[in-house]
Amino acid sequence: MKKGVMRPGHVQIRVLDMDEALKHYTDLLGLIETDRDDHGRVYLKAWTEVDKFSVVLRPAEEPGMDFMAFKVVDEASLQQLEKDLADHGVEVEQVPEGELKDCGRRVRFNAPSGHTFELYADKKYTGKWGITEVNPEAWPRGLDGMKAVRFDHCLLYGPELAATYDLFVNVLGFYLAEQVLDGDGTRIAQFLTLSTKAHDIAFIHHEEKGKFHHASFYLETWEDVLRAADLISMTDTSIDIGPTRHGLTHGKTIYFFDPSGNRNEVFCGGDYNYPDHKPVTWQAEQLGKAIFYHDRVLNERFLTVLT
Amino acid sequence: MGIGCQVTNRTTGDSFTCTEGQSVLKAMEQWGVKCVPVGCRGGGCGFCKIRVVEGEYECGKMSRAHAPPEAIEQGEVLACRVYPVTDLTIECLEPSAPGETSEQTTTRALR
Ligand SMILES: [Fe+2]
Repeated sequence: MKKGVMRPGHVQIRVLDMDEALKHYTDLLGLIETDRDDHGRVYLKAWTEVDKFSVVLRPAEEPGMDFMAFKVVDEASLQQLEKDLADHGVEVEQVPEGELKDCGRRVRFNAPSGHTFELYADKKYTGKWGITEVNPEAWPRGLDGMKAVRFDHCLLYGPELAATYDLFVNVLGFYLAEQVLDGDGTRIAQFLTLSTKAHDIAFIHHEEKGKFHHASFYLETWEDVLRAADLISMTDTSIDIGPTRHGLTHGKTIYFFDPSGNRNEVFCGGDYNYPDHKPVTWQAEQLGKAIFYHDRVLNERFLTVLT
Repeated sequence: MGIGCQVTNRTTGDSFTCTEGQSVLKAMEQWGVKCVPVGCRGGGCGFCKIRVVEGEYECGKMSRAHAPPEAIEQGEVLACRVYPVTDLTIECLEPSAPGETSEQTTTRALR
């Protein structure tokens, strides 16, 4: 967080059918609807999140990710980051306050990987959902489905990982927690973080720009991941793989798809790190084990099925 | 009809039954047939693109990137979003249309 970029703030995901999507993200994942706007967008949050929304669904003819945003500690840091981005040669777009309801101004830019990112300092603080701020209970009643705890990270596929690393590490203040290196020492996967989490954002090398691999939501326990798998079967939701464990980050996970084909993950556990830790390295020859620790082979879908 | 529609893949010779309201891809998976690649099953990733050469069907929502109107006109659709109305004959498409997942990505080469 050394440049004032604090944490993942929101992700805007395109969906083909809003009713189906909403059922998936609320009834199955357990997110809570907090607002809607005249663009047809629906705003959602997970119950432990303190701000008004973390997931925005937008009706569109092509699924995928519009942008992911990170919250910055304050306006002064945002102004400094804007300057730093410009000095780095990054074109910055201003998105006015209120373009997303109850969100302050956003600074939008594209990464060399072809993805759009935003920084913002203000969003309406609504507190954790369903529990009081003082003497809070352990959890709220009335949560649905998987009862997702928080929006945790995204994994994105695109080219120019080195330039993207430079932007995220040297301009935005992320640090490298884990990586996959090929035989020449070229980084083909980079897991970047602002915190002690194993990743706040991750990239895997892919020729086509701007592809969306998954948005991930945190669950507390392995039992919760198994219960998520049960719910995926009960609702006949499209499953990708799991429950299993990742080698990278060692998180325990399950992947599935929303009704528009965007991949979701729910996971628990995983490694922690601090900025003084050396990055964990996986060799590309061990990519199968790095991704799926138990199967030790990649399924075709993991590398090619993207939105 | 009652028992459903017969779907025949003329590229691979596979044939299976699709019940009412079931997509071609779902029926294929249920029968344990592997003649069309399975991706997201949501009309989003384009992995299961096929060409319908004969028969009538309805389509669910599909990503415009993978099933633009011109393609749909040619019967090039995503099997996960194809609901047969009559018996269907389908065929496989060559995997890499321009703009789709390229064969020469580094990640793929590594496998
Ligand atoms: Fe993940």
